[in-house]
Amino acid sequence: MTSSTGPVPGVSVPPASGSAAAPDLDAEPIWQPMADEGAASALSPRRLAWRRFRRNRLAVAALGLLIVFAALAILAPLVAPYDPIKPDVKAIGKPPSLAHPFGTDESGRDVLSRLLHGARVSLSVGFVAVTIYITIGTLLGALAGYRRGMVDGVIGRSIDLVQSFPSLIIILAIVPLLGRSIFNIMLVIGLLGWPPVARLVRGEFLSLREREHTLAARGIGARDRRIIGKHILPNVAGPLIVLASFGMAEAIILEAGLSVLGLGIQPPAPSWGVDLSAAIDIGILTRKPWLWIFPGAAIALSVLAINFVGDGLRDALDPRSSGGRR
Amino acid sequence: MGRFILRRLLISIPILLGVTIVTFTFANLAPGDPISALMKPGTDLRPEAIEQLRLQLGLDRPFHERYLAWLTQLLQGNLGVETVGRGSIGAALARRIPNTVLLMGTALSVSIVLGVLLGIISAFRQHTRTDAVLTTAVFAGISLPPYLLAMLAIYAFAVLPFQLFGIHLFPANGIKDPASTLPPWLDTLWHLLLPAAVLAFAGTATFLRYTRASVLEAMRLDFVTTARSKGLRERTVRYGHILRNALLPVVTVIGLSLPALVVGALFVETLFSWPGVGSYMIEATRERDYPVIMAVALLTSITIIAANLLTDITYAFVDPRIRHS
Repeated sequence: MTSSTGPVPGVSVPPASGSAAAPDLDAEPIWQPMADEGAASALSPRRLAWRRFRRNRLAVAALGLLIVFAALAILAPLVAPYDPIKPDVKAIGKPPSLAHPFGTDESGRDVLSRLLHGARVSLSVGFVAVTIYITIGTLLGALAGYRRGMVDGVIGRSIDLVQSFPSLIIILAIVPLLGRSIFNIMLVIGLLGWPPVARLVRGEFLSLREREHTLAARGIGARDRRIIGKHILPNVAGPLIVLASFGMAEAIILEAGLSVLGLGIQPPAPSWGVDLSAAIDIGILTRKPWLWIFPGAAIALSVLAINFVGDGLRDALDPRSSGGRR
Repeated sequence: MGRFILRRLLISIPILLGVTIVTFTFANLAPGDPISALMKPGTDLRPEAIEQLRLQLGLDRPFHERYLAWLTQLLQGNLGVETVGRGSIGAALARRIPNTVLLMGTALSVSIVLGVLLGIISAFRQHTRTDAVLTTAVFAGISLPPYLLAMLAIYAFAVLPFQLFGIHLFPANGIKDPASTLPPWLDTLWHLLLPAAVLAFAGTATFLRYTRASVLEAMRLDFVTTARSKGLRERTVRYGHILRNALLPVVTVIGLSLPALVVGALFVETLFSWPGVGSYMIEATRERDYPVIMAVALLTSITIIAANLLTDITYAFVDPRIRHS
């Protein structure tokens, strides 16, 4: 990756005379790119990025879908029509019907209710695991890029070491050791995922600490803390957010995959992966497709949505990488 | 060039040692010791017998001694014995690696050829319908998890044709059918098609994405504008200026995907019951067979390090800027 940065703060082009520097800055003249650019120059980088993001309809729709998924996950105990774990002998393996829109599983549990509760597992694994590794990666990367020298050497070698481990295989080996709980899965994915983050942050710090605005800040006597917090980190935030969103998609795929193979979250706990694992049984794969198609669709849709949002964020936060988008 | 290779080789040695130490430590963190792993529920071992087994396996010795003993064995090519099946791990890997190479080799070659070609086409036709279709397909390829694709493929191409028309279009598992009347190579090919296609779909998406991004980036560089303004023909600009530069980073992506050749695909191999390294690893994890997990982890790490080395050297070879800096 080249030293791509987010929107450069402080670069404001004075609006050309007679351009539409209208007072009503929130009105979105999407249909008028030229006027938009003129007005945009007076906005904060964050506002600008949001505007660019909103232009990408697919990304906005995906974000909407994710918000709905997240809301359903949070409200699962309220909106789920049945208990996700308690078996019901009167409704075993029923195809979708009015009472059970997504059918019931081999123990008579409502598939829809399990999906709603399972969303909590999938989405929180994605979120927590990525938060852990973004934190570790940012701290180590910042330290290496800012301090350089010995510190950089040690951190650099650790990055090399962790990256020469097959992370999937390490996860497979460690999770059973720690116990196959959702927290351990989050923890292990989080502890192994930081090298790319550290690498990115280190590179950004190395280049940003020599930039004019950083040098100027140092020249007027700003302390390290201020330089890092005010002049370097905001520039790294863009690429980090993009990395985090793609990382979330990966973590969700991984967690579900582990559960599919019976190596992750253990049934009867509701999880998309656990439900999908029913399809390993050829009888269910062939005769009860509703048991695996719905959880499969849930995984595919949320991952697809996260990736679309990530793509939209990249275009919005780093206009230079967007490949000539207007 | 020789010095560059030598330096890179020397850097790999401490990393390799680090990998062996970490692997060994993890295997020793396993709950209980290899003895309890050996004991199936129901076996009744007297304390004296357990003690004897401990001595026999050298478990009474300190950690670093055991590590050194294990490392010596390893350097002599002895990967140890399966805890569960009691077979030689080396022999099992020797049996399984060719199967994995066949599956992954097919999938990777298709992905590289298709991905790079379509990536170039997609970039040169940016903002056209072709590009839009390909970009959407890429999103599907990177968003659909391989295990889900595998299930869908089995359902659509093996199960449904049989249910609807009573024909065996594709087999859903294994590498060969003992009852088959086909010649063995054709039977294997028939078993290979579905898992390889699943893997190739995801792989093509990855290569397409990188190639497209790389070509688009190269198209915006100053020397391309210069070449155009000099009045060079579009063909010359595209093949001589853009592609020559754009395909360099693609070399890295190809290099970094090489370990998969040996390591295999954990999910797809398992779902298709393909007797490769990936499914071996999953079986071992299910049975907590730590010697096997260690051996596969080590094999994987070594291939990753080797592939990194190979990528760096190739890169230095094709890009003079690297080796002179």
